[in-house]
Amino acid sequence: MSQLSVTENHLQHHFADLEQQRESAKLGMWIFLITEVLLFGGLFCFYAIYRAWNPDIFHNAHKALDVRLGTLNTIVLISSSVTMALAIRWIQMGNKKRSRLYLIFTFLLALTFLVVKYFEYSHKFHLGQLPGKFYTYSGIPGTNPHLFFSVYFTLTGLHGIHVTAGMLVIGWLILRTSKGDFSENYYTPVEMTGLYWHLVDLIWIYLFPLLYLVG
Amino acid sequence: MSEEKSHRGVHILPLRIYLGVGAALLVLTAITVTISFIHLGPFNLVVALSIATVKAILVALFFMHLLYDNKFYLLIFTFALLILGIFIILTLFDTMRRGDIYLEVAKPIQEQSEIYSDSTRFSSPEPEH
Repeated sequence: MSQLSVTENHLQHHFADLEQQRESAKLGMWIFLITEVLLFGGLFCFYAIYRAWNPDIFHNAHKALDVRLGTLNTIVLISSSVTMALAIRWIQMGNKKRSRLYLIFTFLLALTFLVVKYFEYSHKFHLGQLPGKFYTYSGIPGTNPHLFFSVYFTLTGLHGIHVTAGMLVIGWLILRTSKGDFSENYYTPVEMTGLYWHLVDLIWIYLFPLLYLVG
Repeated sequence: MSEEKSHRGVHILPLRIYLGVGAALLVLTAITVTISFIHLGPFNLVVALSIATVKAILVALFFMHLLYDNKFYLLIFTFALLILGIFIILTLFDTMRRGDIYLEVAKPIQEQSEIYSDSTRFSSPEPEH
């Protein structure tokens, strides 16, 4: 056990061994992710009710979204999930440089996602396709098309906040990887951020078809 | 290259699994976008959600390592999704069937309420008081 001295540094005194410490961190992370699922779950329920009540509004208004930009963002987010998974794989194999490189890729892809989202949002702000009383657009037939945009902005807005938070954490990981804080013996923060990032991707996997494709 | 195991029993998946899953996710995205342009009525929603679920399962099992980690994580995550499903489905039973037993009549709960006395209140962005 030549690396014992290295691994011992990362072992907190209240855990029996590193394996238990790792498993505890992961359990805590999964419980956090479940609260995230329930947070978004409330909004998916919001979507389900309003769509069930107003199928025509949703059908007409969803055509205002740009499927090309939505598809682009889906591709960007899936790619960022792949690069995040690879960053974890490289640190598991002890390659810090590669791990950092893939974290940077993930960060840049997250940034791309937000830039595309910014263009989508500013276009809608410009046209007045906004929720509730802020709605001033007149190009969508039927009454109350603003309902769809209430749902759209709440869901994508909360998701966007999660992408931003993920970017901040990934940026912090890049700094810590640069300092050499992680190795094949200790990479729990990278792994936990990975789980969070995949959940953000997973939520978008549902948001994209529900908002852009079937309305 | 088969699955490697490091000294702590941590699974390190081969590169081709990550790239394969990533490619599968992109292909499924292309399929779901293509199908959305074909008019299938209510089946558009069914197909879109089915493809999204396949993608979600791929992400959860491979990227989130649920297939390889302690199965307890898989259990609690699945359980949470089950509870979420019950939550949404039972809510829809209520909201979709409200008029079935009693006749729904839209009327104010308290007609003498202040908000009904001023009809301009909701149209003006800044209420006076």
